[in-house]
Amino acid sequence: MAESVLFFTELLGFPVLDSRGRRIGRVRDAALVPLVHPARIDRFLVGGGWAWLSVRYDQIASISLDGIRLGEEILTPYHSDEYMLRIGRDLLDQQIIDVNGRKVVRVNDVTFEIRNATSNSNGHSNGHGNGQGANGNGRNCLYILEVDVGIRSIFRRLVQGVLPSRLVRKVQRVIPPNSIRWEFCNIVEPDPQRRLRLNISHEKLEKIHPADLADIVEELGPAERGAIFESIDSEVAAEALSEVDPRMQARILESMEPEKAADIVEEMAPDEAADILKGLEESTSEEILEEMEVAPESEVRELLEFKEDTAGGMMNTEYISLHAGATVEDALNALKGNEDQLESLNAVFLVDSERRLTGTVPLARLFVASSSTPLRELSTETLISATVTEKQDQVTELFDKYNLLALPVIDQDRRLAGVITADDIISVLRHK
Amino acid sequence: MLKAWRSRIMIFLAVLGPGFITANVDNDAGGIYPYSQPGARWGYLPLWTLIPITIALILVQEMCSRMGAVTGKGLSDLIREEFGLRVTFVVMTLLVLVNLTNVMANFAGIASSLELFHVSRYISVPLGAVAIWLLIVKGNYQSAEKIFLFACVLYISYIISGFLVKPNWTEAAVNSFRPVLMLDRDYIEMLIAMVGTTIAPWMQFYLQAAVVEKGITAKEYAQSRVEVIFGCIVTDVVAFFIIVACAGAIWTNGPRDIESAAEAAQALRPFGQYAYLLFSAGLLNASVFAACILPLSTAYSVCEGLGFESGVDKRFSEAPIFYWLYTLLIVIGAAVVLMPGFPLVRMILFSQVINGVLLPIVLIFMILLANNRRIMMEWVNSRFYNLAAWITVVVMIGLSLALAGISVRNL
Repeated sequence: MAESVLFFTELLGFPVLDSRGRRIGRVRDAALVPLVHPARIDRFLVGGGWAWLSVRYDQIASISLDGIRLGEEILTPYHSDEYMLRIGRDLLDQQIIDVNGRKVVRVNDVTFEIRNATSNSNGHSNGHGNGQGANGNGRNCLYILEVDVGIRSIFRRLVQGVLPSRLVRKVQRVIPPNSIRWEFCNIVEPDPQRRLRLNISHEKLEKIHPADLADIVEELGPAERGAIFESIDSEVAAEALSEVDPRMQARILESMEPEKAADIVEEMAPDEAADILKGLEESTSEEILEEMEVAPESEVRELLEFKEDTAGGMMNTEYISLHAGATVEDALNALKGNEDQLESLNAVFLVDSERRLTGTVPLARLFVASSSTPLRELSTETLISATVTEKQDQVTELFDKYNLLALPVIDQDRRLAGVITADDIISVLRHK
Repeated sequence: MLKAWRSRIMIFLAVLGPGFITANVDNDAGGIYPYSQPGARWGYLPLWTLIPITIALILVQEMCSRMGAVTGKGLSDLIREEFGLRVTFVVMTLLVLVNLTNVMANFAGIASSLELFHVSRYISVPLGAVAIWLLIVKGNYQSAEKIFLFACVLYISYIISGFLVKPNWTEAAVNSFRPVLMLDRDYIEMLIAMVGTTIAPWMQFYLQAAVVEKGITAKEYAQSRVEVIFGCIVTDVVAFFIIVACAGAIWTNGPRDIESAAEAAQALRPFGQYAYLLFSAGLLNASVFAACILPLSTAYSVCEGLGFESGVDKRFSEAPIFYWLYTLLIVIGAAVVLMPGFPLVRMILFSQVINGVLLPIVLIFMILLANNRRIMMEWVNSRFYNLAAWITVVVMIGLSLALAGISVRNL
């Protein structure tokens, strides 16, 4: 089994022999054509100096540690091809995202599997003899198996060419391997044109937890960062963006087209959106606001009016309020209409006909009461609230003193304006 | 108008840090001696070198911070991506060796400066090492950067002690602008040492990484450039006062060679307790400051270049190589100072030899990277800038090779 594996460092410099055993040149690079096949090496670039030849995968008879033997002689000169992902130039030494391990890694080497072209899925090893691959059951192909990171692959890179390959293989066994399966590798390409040509998508990233995705993008360069946010789903982008370091948030939005930035900001909770927009230059945030849908835009604009260190600046305008006369059943129906808020909801609020706050009902109480119970009877004994101008320190104190999970915020006329939740308080305290 | 100024100052404060800190750490324990010695031996004569030194420093530093702002990547990242793993490995090995001796020199600086305050090195060095380790491992970079900026302010102690010595200001002013070249072997060697130690490889790695860490973008780069220039000027103003203080205190009373920066501080004693204390405190500050930054910067550069997990926000188990490297640099750097009979001077000479190999590689890579349009887009060096940068680099390479040669002879 081990013999059916080939490392890119070994492949580089491999002699390429024609069917009569004459040497044509050495392997200089290998390339995938992702639109044709995501893992099969499609081209081998052979030669030296400036004149490189391009060898198609189906022109090869066998691949082994002794070199590559061709089955066909008609080779074409290599022309830079925009649809090629060259392993040596585009992958080796570059940063990619390990989707499974949720981190950014640097590629030290690439592991291929030598497969038999006729039985392409479970093709067994055929790495031994020169020209063995040519007899009968088909050609050898290379498929990317893993991308190697860590010390073993560094060692291999450093000594390759200095020591013979077979010795290197033996010695490296003492070092634990560290590799990422090719399916879990995500290449980050800033150029959208190239992304299409190379069939690179960032879809895999959407499955990563937004907080992890935020850590990942923080490690990348600005161009790569922008590329990811521009190409993934706006909802995921919004969740990830709200987890990114505040100073970086502004820079990411600034680097994007206002339209796309607006799509992302719309998906964010209005208080977080307002916080980010405050960090932008006024002209940029205005551009983004103009691109937004009317409803979220006006909510965000209202929040932008408040100072950051007051209850108004901390609060979120997404909450569920019901009329003071409503019952548990009404409340449950209201929850059903607001599924998107459920993840972070702790309480529903009661208001009178003027939208003045009259009570807070902790969510858990709804589930132990019968559906006809009036909500008024379930509300907390003392009504605790803050006005929009309340200072941040006082708000924190209220949370501590009354062990709150959510605090309603009211305006001068006692009308419900928004809600501050415990997670807002935690981030305030952490950034102190 | 007032508002425009205020916002300009706010932006400046937001980018303040990387360039200012890097340039100041250049005046570390190993950097103060090459300024003290010329002052003690040659008086005000060598002052003219400070203007070319400042220009060279600005040219080189500016390229690094520009690369950091445009690419969002550290210098070791870029070297790895453009020049491959083997080259990176060699550069990183040399960098670790040079920086390790620098860390030793700075722990020696902590020891000797606190001995001037009658604190035994067997107390000061272990305590210093633990404090430095904790500051980074238990703190975070943002708060550490504030402490570093404060440490930069403390360099003012040299300026005050320079005044207390009451040097000959007219002579200092004249010599700042009048280049004097003599075909005297000692004089030329002194100039080589003084200018050759100005640009150290670690500075480029640290500066670029700090610019990236700070999240400075190409858009804000104009302010960042001002910050770099400002930092370089301040650093050489400090250097000016160190030379002037030594010239005023030692050279006027009879030119002589001094062995260390601590000896320079001793010589300031006749000018009052304050001049002496301030010079010693300056040495302590510089040593602690550099002993903080060098191990950290080394660990970051190596891990980034070779693709290991790095960052103080990661746990020990997540970034083991980063933390081991960081810890070992501090432990070894501190331990050798406590070993009686350790050949520290020889080590420093040795590191100057390695430096003579490493610096040319780093500087040439930097210019190649700063001219690479695929990486730098429209922010590549202009033609005039390139000319100036190449001249600087060639001169610096020549000087550091010459210094390496002198060091080999003295080994």
